[in-house]
Amino acid sequence: MAGARSPGITAWWPALALVLLLVAITVLVGLASPSLQRVATEMLIRVVIVVGAYIFIGNSGVLSFGHVGFMAVGAYVTAWLTIPVAQKPFILPDLPQFLALTELPVFPASLAAGAAAALVALFFGIPLMRLSGIAASIGTFAMLVIIQSVFSHWDEMTGGASSLFGLPTYTTRWVALGWAIATIVAAFAYQHTRSGFRLRSSREDPVAAASFGVSITRERLVAFVISAFFVGIGGVLQAHFLGIVVADSFFLASTFLVIAMLVVGGIGSVSGAVIGVVVVTVLGEMLRRAEGGIDLGVVALPARPGLREVGLAAALLVILIFRPRGLMGGVEIPVPSILGRSLARRGARIPTSESGK
Amino acid sequence: MSAVLQHVVDMVSVGGLYALMALGIGLIFGIMRLINFAHGELIMVGGYATWLVVDLPGVAVIVLTLAIVVLFAIGMERIAFRPLRDASPATLLVAAFAVSYFLQNLALVMFGGRPKPFTFADTLIEQVTIAGLRIPQLQVMSLVLTVLTLVGLAVILKRTNIGVQMRAAAQDFRMARLAGIRANRVIALAFLISGVLAWVVSVVYAAQIGQISPTMGLQPVIVGFVATVIGGLGSLSGAVIGGFLVGSLTVALQALLPGDLREFRDAFLFTGLLLVLLVRPSGIIATRALKERV
Repeated sequence: MAGARSPGITAWWPALALVLLLVAITVLVGLASPSLQRVATEMLIRVVIVVGAYIFIGNSGVLSFGHVGFMAVGAYVTAWLTIPVAQKPFILPDLPQFLALTELPVFPASLAAGAAAALVALFFGIPLMRLSGIAASIGTFAMLVIIQSVFSHWDEMTGGASSLFGLPTYTTRWVALGWAIATIVAAFAYQHTRSGFRLRSSREDPVAAASFGVSITRERLVAFVISAFFVGIGGVLQAHFLGIVVADSFFLASTFLVIAMLVVGGIGSVSGAVIGVVVVTVLGEMLRRAEGGIDLGVVALPARPGLREVGLAAALLVILIFRPRGLMGGVEIPVPSILGRSLARRGARIPTSESGK
Repeated sequence: MSAVLQHVVDMVSVGGLYALMALGIGLIFGIMRLINFAHGELIMVGGYATWLVVDLPGVAVIVLTLAIVVLFAIGMERIAFRPLRDASPATLLVAAFAVSYFLQNLALVMFGGRPKPFTFADTLIEQVTIAGLRIPQLQVMSLVLTVLTLVGLAVILKRTNIGVQMRAAAQDFRMARLAGIRANRVIALAFLISGVLAWVVSVVYAAQIGQISPTMGLQPVIVGFVATVIGGLGSLSGAVIGGFLVGSLTVALQALLPGDLREFRDAFLFTGLLLVLLVRPSGIIATRALKERV
């Protein structure tokens, strides 16, 4: 994605900072227990999903409830392409011939799955992107219900409500890290393209943007399709992390989690998306341990399923009330002042805040 | 012939229930631009409240459960939505999502995930025969209850002072405030009424499906939501029309779709929603509520 103008070195600082943060977490967690390593992998997969969703939601300002549907598309397509041919007759006996005999290596399969998600986004996006505001959000929700309903009842292709299994579990935390970095870089690169600038201008003021000749529908569609690709990849990674695909897991609970992470971090910046994932994951992990029962010495709290979700929802509400614009407030990680000054002396461009009010 | 009549009765009773859902959501949206996803959890609260006190005499059950649901409705406004009143609709929607998630999982923590039988008004399962149609008493009761509620609400909104204030606020909240309408009172009242509506739905719906579970509010809130959108977000008569329309469509799809496509009913329903949105982005009865302010 070649930029319309090459961004200054400092404009890439937030991307670098976020990548360093994730690399540091991935390396450090190698010293910790295997269960923590799994948590870290899950977190990196969510970075792919949430930053992917951000490419559309953050830049367009249109809240989408449908992105989890793209995860479902990604997960099912990679399942069709990677489940070993020998096992397919037992798992999905009614699969069409050409799929039943296909078995792709995992990387091409993941690209195909991402592309399939992008294609679905193009199909729904052409009519949907004409809507704006709440109507658009509701439209994406309708898309989610349609996708979910199709996958959970399409017996010969998905096994219906029962789960698909037999997927190779190749998603280690390094694979997830690689895709997380790719997604972050893509998100920044997109923002520096003409299309990205146009879309952001339409977010700030649709009337003014349209008067400058910006086709809001078209720019939204571009972002929607790119965004769907990465969210689809997120679905692929998750499928190959768990080894199974369940239609019911791509519905409201996951949607809530994705939106929660985006809003907690701040919907207006890539940094917000990443920080939101990290904070919600840490919080969720702490609550999960609490859910298993805490012994405080004097009082012992018994194990309770659902406690984690209660805490998560409460935390989200508190953050919404006290920081309605999220933890990052719509701003990227600032350039440290020392670095900023030395770059300024060398004549580099200091970016102004990219966020809206 | 009688099969067709039976479907018509189904359409009216299902539509009435959806209309009540849509009204509960539409009322709140009109006044504060909040799509209250947590409305479904009020139904769930009603279900569990009834389950807790079902051994008391009938009148006590009704009074107690109604009070509890209304309390939750007003409570969620006071705690979660009032501090966010000036936030964008998107933020409000996420807050409503959070409240819904919170209550759902609170129920899971307190009562466990396994569905519990709903035995209040058990006798209503029996059928009565009216003009050759065998209709469960439950359907008769839900019809009566729905009509009474709709009429009652219409009287309140059209004839009482506070009702007129609410309609004014639903049309143009800022203007209504300038005209001296008290925001807090009108909003609290709107939540109170939406609580009553949710209670009626909870009794009828729980009796229909015969059990209660933490996620039981999900299905009704989704249909209610669709009905509100199709009818025109922010329009109260639109919500009622939308409710009956979606109810009829659901029954019709269920009856007319060939067997193997029937499971995809929701996909068809939501495709219908998408089509309505594309042709009329602000619903059948467009209000000023959805216009984007420049």
